[in-house]
Amino acid sequence: MGRLGAEAPSRAFPAARPDLLPRLGGFARLLHDAGLEAGPRRLTDATRALAFIDLRQQDDFRTALRSVFVSRKEDIPTFEAAFDIFWAPPDPRASAGMLPGRGRSLPLSPERAKAWANALGLNASQMNRENPAEFPASSSGYSAEELLRHKDFDEMTWAETEQVRRLLEQAPWRVAERRTRRLRPSRTGRIDLRRSARHAIRSSGELITLFRRKPRVRRRPLVLISDVSGSMERYSRLLMIFAHAIARREDLEAFVFSTRLTRITRLLRQRDLDRALDTVSKSVHDFSGGTRIGDSLGDFNRRWARRVLGHGAVVIIVSDGWDRGDPAHLSTELAHLHRSAHRLIWLNPLLGSEGYEPLTRGMAAALPHCDDFLTAHNVHALEDLGRLLSSLPRSPGKVTRRESGRSDGELRIRKST
Amino acid sequence: MSGPQTIEDIESRLRERRYIGDRSLATSIFLALKLQKPLFIEGEAGVGKTEAAKVMAEVLGARLIRLQCYEGIDLAHAVYEWNYPRQLLHIRLMGEGTNKTDRLVAEREIFSSEFLLRRPLLDAIDNDDATPPVLLIDEIDRSDEEFEAFLLELLSDFQVSIPEIGTIKARQVPFVVITSNRTREVHDALKRRCLYHWIDYPDLDKEVEIVRARAPEAADGLAREVAALVQGLRGMDLYKVPGVAETLDWARSLAALGATRIDANLVSATMGAALKYQEDLERVREQVPALVEKAQRA
Repeated sequence: MGRLGAEAPSRAFPAARPDLLPRLGGFARLLHDAGLEAGPRRLTDATRALAFIDLRQQDDFRTALRSVFVSRKEDIPTFEAAFDIFWAPPDPRASAGMLPGRGRSLPLSPERAKAWANALGLNASQMNRENPAEFPASSSGYSAEELLRHKDFDEMTWAETEQVRRLLEQAPWRVAERRTRRLRPSRTGRIDLRRSARHAIRSSGELITLFRRKPRVRRRPLVLISDVSGSMERYSRLLMIFAHAIARREDLEAFVFSTRLTRITRLLRQRDLDRALDTVSKSVHDFSGGTRIGDSLGDFNRRWARRVLGHGAVVIIVSDGWDRGDPAHLSTELAHLHRSAHRLIWLNPLLGSEGYEPLTRGMAAALPHCDDFLTAHNVHALEDLGRLLSSLPRSPGKVTRRESGRSDGELRIRKST
Repeated sequence: MSGPQTIEDIESRLRERRYIGDRSLATSIFLALKLQKPLFIEGEAGVGKTEAAKVMAEVLGARLIRLQCYEGIDLAHAVYEWNYPRQLLHIRLMGEGTNKTDRLVAEREIFSSEFLLRRPLLDAIDNDDATPPVLLIDEIDRSDEEFEAFLLELLSDFQVSIPEIGTIKARQVPFVVITSNRTREVHDALKRRCLYHWIDYPDLDKEVEIVRARAPEAADGLAREVAALVQGLRGMDLYKVPGVAETLDWARSLAALGATRIDANLVSATMGAALKYQEDLERVREQVPALVEKAQRA
């Protein structure tokens, strides 16, 4: 054992605080209910960690538990709120409507919140007092206040939804591959000195066989940024079904926006479509609201682009281009996004309608920055998209860009009938 | 040299080496040492993640072994590689006439540790250091899933198997620090094996302290103004918000120009030290006078 030898876990808990272990278990359950991963492994680590901490130092106690139970930045606010609620000393003001600690609340379902409030001796209403500024938009939280409009997917009528779903799930296309920097053995390609030399050693040092290797290929990651504002209402459900179908077989990062951007990647991972859609509609609070494309894309560029646009990602924006914001702003953000993505594809459901020309201000501002402009109003159109995605080149660079002076009018506009 | 025994101990030793961190960072480091778990440090670019590992090596009196990750990094670069040129040479020098037994012996010889090129991960678990080394796995978000999966295995058992030699198990567990800029999500399974720490941007006073400690050539007034300026920039809507590393670069640049205070002209001329996107430079340029004025009042 090293100089800082860890003590055996069994000695971790002095008899002086026998009540801590069950309380820690309770705290782990609260974290679990609030959506954090708080399994037995972490619980064990937490008990071990606390053995080295002076429990009277509340900040150290907090840091110790945080370093064990939190694994990503997004979970920190939830952890802090749970910590404040759970470990706060009994507070007489609690019954007078004050939430102990820092006044944050947890993303718990109403039933859970009530159960926890009972267990902790609080009023249920206090548990749900949401402070929107403190919570990341992506947390799959319940919040009564933030419900701008809580649209129930079931009320949306979409003929042949079942059929559409099956068609999308069985769609034969896959996203094209790109060359990675990882090499694999192959008959052609560059000489693999390691393997060749290794073989030569077995045969008395003669380089008899030359082995070769070439870059391995992987599918390009897809990023879907979908407009779910009021004007897109008729298409939202179909697009979510589409997103869910792709998420099951591709490397997909999905976002929706109307007035602000919400990441729904994790929500789409549920196998069951209806449950996935239900979760999405519960956690996206501005379904069918107004549209601020520029702001939403700006948010994407700042918060997410560097994280999800690596490895030659293809970005698909789905929107009708009705934007209440400043077109110049949209244009700037889209230009930036275009530079970070391998390919930028804009899907506009309205493009399918008879006689439509992309003349909305937003669309006009967007067009110069898109590699492709396609429609998305029916399954046929989505299949067109699939064909495009599966035919992207393998090269890592952006060779798809039209090089010579492309004016707005030259952009490839495909309408399907 | 004995290792730190308390959180305060780590705090003061970091400070002695001019690393100004939070108590919570010291606490996380302390627990990682005690529990012998890797410490996973995340934070925006330039908040001192890598530096924390470097300074920890000094604090512990240990050797720093650094593995810089990149896309496609593989075992040959991260763990070990046979020295093929030497092996070939060795075999050729034996000449033609050697009999079969000698050949077998020679083969065993050339697949011994003498012909092994030891890369950082092997070095970290198999060494004769008096103090377990500090293994810094830098910018893991740049590597790919294959490498993550391998790391997961290495970090659970601290052993590596080399087919020709056998399994090499760590005699002493290194202090592992993994950093990530969050350019992508690292797999949960790997994070679960680690203690997690998020380093935030420092507040003004802390940042001034950092500039004074790490860029002592900047006058006190300058240090404060530059730190305040960067704090102001962080509140703006920028593509790439400047980190502490940029604050230090900026303070050093201004000090090199002989400045002891900032003014609008100096700031406009040297902004490139902190802002790395054309759009950001343009956006800030219009507001330089206001920003400078605000920074001077801070």
